[in-house]
Amino acid sequence: MAEIRLQQLAHSYSASPSGPEDYAIREMTHIWEQGGAYALLGPSGCGKSTLLNIISGLLSPSEGRVMFDSTVVNDLSPEQRNIAQVFQFPVVYDTMTVFDNLAFPLRNQGMAEAKVQAKVQEIADVLDLQPLLKKKAKNLTADEKQKVSMGRGLVRDDVSAILFDEPLTVIDPHLKWKLRRKLKQIHEQFNITMVYVTHDQLEASTFADKIAVMYGGQIVQFGTPRELFEKPHHTFVGYFIGSPGMNLIEVKPEAGGVGFGGIHLPLPEALQQRLAATQWSTLKVGIRPEFVHVWDGPFDDAMCADVTYVEDLGTYKILTLNLAGQSLKVRLQEDKPVPQGQAWISFPAQWLMLYADEFLLEAAANQVPASEVPHE
Amino acid sequence: MSKVQNNKAWWLVLPVFLLVAFSAIIPMMTVVNYSVQDIFDQSSRYFVGADWFRQVLQDPRLHDSLLRQFIYSFCVLLIEIPLGIGIALTMPTKGRWSSLCLIVMTIPLLIPWNVVGTIWQIFGRGDIGLLGYALNNFFHINYNYAANASDAWVTVLVIDVWHWTSLVALLCYSGLRAIPDVYYQAARIDRASNWAVFRHIQLPKMKSVLLIAVMLRFMDSFMIYTEPFVLTGGGPGNSTTFLSQTLTTMALGQFDLGPAAAFSLVYFLIILLVSWVFYTAMTHGEKN
Amino acid sequence: MSKREKLPLKKMQLRKVVPLWIYLLFLLVPIYWLVNMSFKTNTEILGGLTLFPQDFTVANYRVIFTDESWYSGYINSLYYVCLNTVISLSVALPAAYAFSRYRFLGDKHLFFWLLTNRMAPPAVFLLPFFQLYSSIGLFDTHIAVALAHCLFNVPLAVWILEGFMSGVPKEIDETAYIDGYSFPKFFGKIFIPLIGSGIGVTAFFCFMFSWVELLLARTLTSVNAKPIAAVMTRTVSASGIDWGVLAAAGVLTILPGMLVIWFVRNHVVKGFALGRV
Repeated sequence: MAEIRLQQLAHSYSASPSGPEDYAIREMTHIWEQGGAYALLGPSGCGKSTLLNIISGLLSPSEGRVMFDSTVVNDLSPEQRNIAQVFQFPVVYDTMTVFDNLAFPLRNQGMAEAKVQAKVQEIADVLDLQPLLKKKAKNLTADEKQKVSMGRGLVRDDVSAILFDEPLTVIDPHLKWKLRRKLKQIHEQFNITMVYVTHDQLEASTFADKIAVMYGGQIVQFGTPRELFEKPHHTFVGYFIGSPGMNLIEVKPEAGGVGFGGIHLPLPEALQQRLAATQWSTLKVGIRPEFVHVWDGPFDDAMCADVTYVEDLGTYKILTLNLAGQSLKVRLQEDKPVPQGQAWISFPAQWLMLYADEFLLEAAANQVPASEVPHE
Repeated sequence: MSKVQNNKAWWLVLPVFLLVAFSAIIPMMTVVNYSVQDIFDQSSRYFVGADWFRQVLQDPRLHDSLLRQFIYSFCVLLIEIPLGIGIALTMPTKGRWSSLCLIVMTIPLLIPWNVVGTIWQIFGRGDIGLLGYALNNFFHINYNYAANASDAWVTVLVIDVWHWTSLVALLCYSGLRAIPDVYYQAARIDRASNWAVFRHIQLPKMKSVLLIAVMLRFMDSFMIYTEPFVLTGGGPGNSTTFLSQTLTTMALGQFDLGPAAAFSLVYFLIILLVSWVFYTAMTHGEKN
Repeated sequence: MSKREKLPLKKMQLRKVVPLWIYLLFLLVPIYWLVNMSFKTNTEILGGLTLFPQDFTVANYRVIFTDESWYSGYINSLYYVCLNTVISLSVALPAAYAFSRYRFLGDKHLFFWLLTNRMAPPAVFLLPFFQLYSSIGLFDTHIAVALAHCLFNVPLAVWILEGFMSGVPKEIDETAYIDGYSFPKFFGKIFIPLIGSGIGVTAFFCFMFSWVELLLARTLTSVNAKPIAAVMTRTVSASGIDWGVLAAAGVLTILPGMLVIWFVRNHVVKGFALGRV
């Protein structure tokens, strides 16, 4: 059991990286606390699996340190790190029975056979593998195999953490849900640090207490699912989380706020000051479709947009609007009237986010904990 | 993959069937024909039934040959299979070196069999061959494959190892390449020892190619003819006279067609039987 | 994956590399010796042991290239080997497709029967073969040897190709038929390119087994189609063995094989890498 600390970690697959684009993992500092259930979320190719392999020791990082509690483990092999890892495709030892598969990691460390028996029975109970114990592993179905793979990680009581690399990819949808709940139960029961890599936001938010969103080789935000939704720290988080993603509009600073195409958006005083003090090359505002307010008719400061498309998704509707040449998605609850032709909308101030060079700009001095500030 | 029942597929197989049947069935029938007749010349031949079979099964000369053959094939498998597996495990998996290894290892397989004999005939000679010279002069072993029976036997065995171990190694290598990296990663996470990795990951995945390797090596070593014939002509004495050669001498040298044909059928059945035993033994485990 | 550079691992690497090098050396030294001898004069060969030619000469090769009976041996061998490879591949491709895609009456028995043909000891079947090909007037022709070699090459080709074809998803066939391809068009335009490596590997094996086989080739030929390997026995004459020419001829029989492996090396490497050989 341990806290996993990554310090100034960076990794490049090329021997002599010449620029940031050569790095699969850009320099980052990050802490996974002991006993947490974490998800590492990001699109394919963002460096999730690389990061996972660095933590487990299958890869050696080109820069920085990996620490378990206060020990630097860079030079320790996976077998010395006490890490369990479950891979995307189930790995079982075909020639062995399910029992022997589960017992394999224990026997490898020379555990007494009586204790092996007890441990394996315990894990088989948890994973509902009891009836399969005597079966040859090669005859199992994909989800049974994946359960065995997970079991091999869970059976060891010496593991510091269990890492999951998109473990439910090959599993049928209805079993996915069952297995995910099983994992959650196991986490509560054993209190082991778990890191779960996925590209599915639903999977991430149902499994994890806190989610780290990865993009372009760095962790752009680390927070609870709610934080990621309400206050994305990076335009990518806004775009990637939520369905549909956040509306992002490029703007120019104006007196008292920002604006685009003749539309003026006022900003709080403190934020204006912050903006003035910041260097940037692109400026965007973002607002989630859920938070755009639609008025029933013309109203005070409300902006007028053309309705271009209405998509009915049962319990809610997605409106596509055109506001001064910018396309905008709005999520409308089913009880609300659907505006015809034109819609009067406004952006509530607390949900309007301002992004300078894709990173969130906040009024007060940056309150993001140091461990989450991505280093360029 | 689920296959579709379709007897029209026979049309696709027909050319192969006809071509192989032409070269296989007609000569086979001829041999069967010989084996039950006593032939003096084209016009005078007598049906003798199973006489030839009875005779060859009691012939001590053929018994000796058969015994030598079994010992030899057994030694070939005993050396080449473990050695081939070992080589395959040590071969680099990617980059220039792996291509180079593959190419170098294929060379012996591409040399005509009598030239293989010639190469070693030269290489092993005490006067002009590096091996013979080195053994005689530096290691002071009195080595002469042309005069000493055990030297000749060992030389034929070494030739076979030189010639064919690469085939076993290449087959195993291809089996090993089919194992995804993630299996090795999982094994490291599970703290498997190198032996456990070999025993539980590599060996099971190599099983089907090993079956092919064992069968090919058994069949070919059991039918060995060219190399010992070129090296020593089967001598000295009878030490390297294997079954094929005994039979060829009988059939072509002494023109004892009947017994030769009878025994070659027995010989064919032995190979078939042993191959079948290997095959069932090695595939048996899979069914459980 | 970047390997951790640590001392115990380096030691492990060494323990792996050294036996491999010893094995490769074991393979190459006898061949080197043959090459070495082919560039020596007979006086030097018989005079004493030298690790490389002191008196470098290409005279042995000149003997071979100026004598028609020598070089025609090469042409004969290459001719029937290529002929055999083409025949084997063209009949094995559809058959392998049938075995990989369909179940049909007697398929398993047929497959096993094909494989048993490798088990027939050729030494004993020489005479029947000789009689068979003489009686149909094909004796001493290239096609006779090419056909005879089909006995063991066709089953092998079917076997290897079947493995590669089973690796191609069946959905590809179905999609092509739905798109309106006829079987021959689908087979030639879509399927064959998909198993390119497999065909390369198969061609390599057919070439190899046909090239190295001597017994049948020698039995079925006398003058016109006599293979090089049989010509080599000529070096033994009343005055003893002409070692230099024998070595040179030996070297020349190795060359075509090396050329072939060089040309198909990527296919073979890929074929091996697919784990399907």
